[in-house]
Amino acid sequence: MKVLVPVKRVLDFNLKVRVKPDGSGVDLSNLKMSINPFCEIAVEEAVRMKEGGGGHTAGAAKEVVAVSIGPEQAQETLRNALAIGADRGILVKADGEVEPLAVAKILKAVVEAEKPDIVILGKQAIDDDASQTGQMLAALLDWPQATFASRIVLQDGKATVTREVDGGLQTLDVDLPAIITTDLRLNEPRYASLPNIMKAKKKPIDVKAPTDFGVDVTPRLKVLKTAEPGKRQAGVKVKSAAELVGKLKEAGVL
Amino acid sequence: MAVLVIAEHDNASLKDATNKVVTAAKAMGGDVDVLVAGSNASAAAQAAAKIEGVRKVLHADGATLAKQLAEPMEALIAPLMANYDAVLFPATTTGKNAAPRIAAKLDVMQLSGVIGVESADTFVRPIYAGNAIITVQDSQPKKVITVQPTAFKAAGEGAGAAVETVAAPSGPFKSAFVSEELAKSDRPELTAAKRVVSGGRALGSSDEFHRVLEPLADKLGAAVGASRAAVDAGYAPNDYQVGQTGKVVAPELYVAVGISGAIQHLAGMKDSKVIVAINKDEDAPIFQVADYGLVADYKTAIPELMDELTKAGL
Repeated sequence: MKVLVPVKRVLDFNLKVRVKPDGSGVDLSNLKMSINPFCEIAVEEAVRMKEGGGGHTAGAAKEVVAVSIGPEQAQETLRNALAIGADRGILVKADGEVEPLAVAKILKAVVEAEKPDIVILGKQAIDDDASQTGQMLAALLDWPQATFASRIVLQDGKATVTREVDGGLQTLDVDLPAIITTDLRLNEPRYASLPNIMKAKKKPIDVKAPTDFGVDVTPRLKVLKTAEPGKRQAGVKVKSAAELVGKLKEAGVL
Repeated sequence: MAVLVIAEHDNASLKDATNKVVTAAKAMGGDVDVLVAGSNASAAAQAAAKIEGVRKVLHADGATLAKQLAEPMEALIAPLMANYDAVLFPATTTGKNAAPRIAAKLDVMQLSGVIGVESADTFVRPIYAGNAIITVQDSQPKKVITVQPTAFKAAGEGAGAAVETVAAPSGPFKSAFVSEELAKSDRPELTAAKRVVSGGRALGSSDEFHRVLEPLADKLGAAVGASRAAVDAGYAPNDYQVGQTGKVVAPELYVAVGISGAIQHLAGMKDSKVIVAINKDEDAPIFQVADYGLVADYKTAIPELMDELTKAGL
């Protein structure tokens, strides 16, 4: 079985987001970029399918291929995936914003070339918070999908996936090939060891362009402005529970 | 212009999120229809027909729609879009799961988690966990949008609209429902509750989380929520999670107990009307957004708060 894992390079989740004063976007200059946390979980799960662990039998996956669509520096994101244990990478080089629909179209072409049995993606990227790519890819391929996964069991050409839904947990059977998107509780990604980081530097990365796949990445949506959110003012510190209840009564919420 | 709103329901009853998305749809101008896709969902369809400002309700009923899974929802909704300029889903797990499939089938980019409608083609949505707000123009011929229900007021009750039956897709589909474990609770639903009591990692264990927060929630008639840290640690189930990747809530009163206030958590609750923070760390970021902060150990503060609430007649 082959597993394809798309990964996205995003602003590191620990960093403060700054809106450019002219409202033209978010300032990313000279800031640390990292692999999107949900994508990291996806890589970890795929590697467990290969190595065993997390309920998977070693060898369930024979090969794990990571793919990223982004600027030249997205190579670092791919190296990160390779250090966790992916076998090789594909960089589809595109500067500037590539919307989920265009990403899904590129991934569809990659899937047609690579013929994976499963594509595991993060459920959302923490920059645009769109949560679209996996579902769009599933639709374009006419594959089944299991989004927001917290547990994956592979057996008999199927994946039994437990999903985190608003009301609790829901379990689905999906025929392979299928799209799975990861939620936070699926696994805890490992810290890549130094030897594995070194090894990752020698793993192959294929470089492509969206035009190789005949995909137009021109954005469909026009961002008119980017603004800071309305700030909440810090309120007052109260000394006691009694004072707190008094304040809440005054505020009319009790 | 005609806008289709996808109803949030559990077959037996219609969820308030539907009324809120109808308000967003009305702000775009034009006619608003509601689709109730389910199995034995007549009660939900009848309730949808009573929402003010709805032109008509489309009711698709069949076994394939019992859980509103993404594939049958796509098979149902994509063809219906011949009659509509836009489709609006609530940004719930059901809506977020299905909407992008329909967008891809229609070859349009989706707008996710919209919190404001400026005109028929201009919308406001948060990015970076709400740390930036973008205004976006969507000039595509068909629009696919998920709407953050908490950002809109619920549409009220109207005179009653007609309910029209549409055929449910027959399948077969490549995904099948196996089982579900849904939280059973007599408390209000988290995203619709007027009051929310939320706990963080400081609670230290699942037992302590429930022992401390549930009586307080019951006293306040509140729903119980949790930070991601508390859910990851196993103190609370996943459906309690409030934040960027969990649920977004905007109650009248949000009480954060032992929550430090990571930006990812704030993204899910900062639109609450009144925020109370109880934390023994006076430097916790939660105090920067709290209207009322009590620097205290929850172990002493919560029993005192319970007593004071009792004295206040709750």
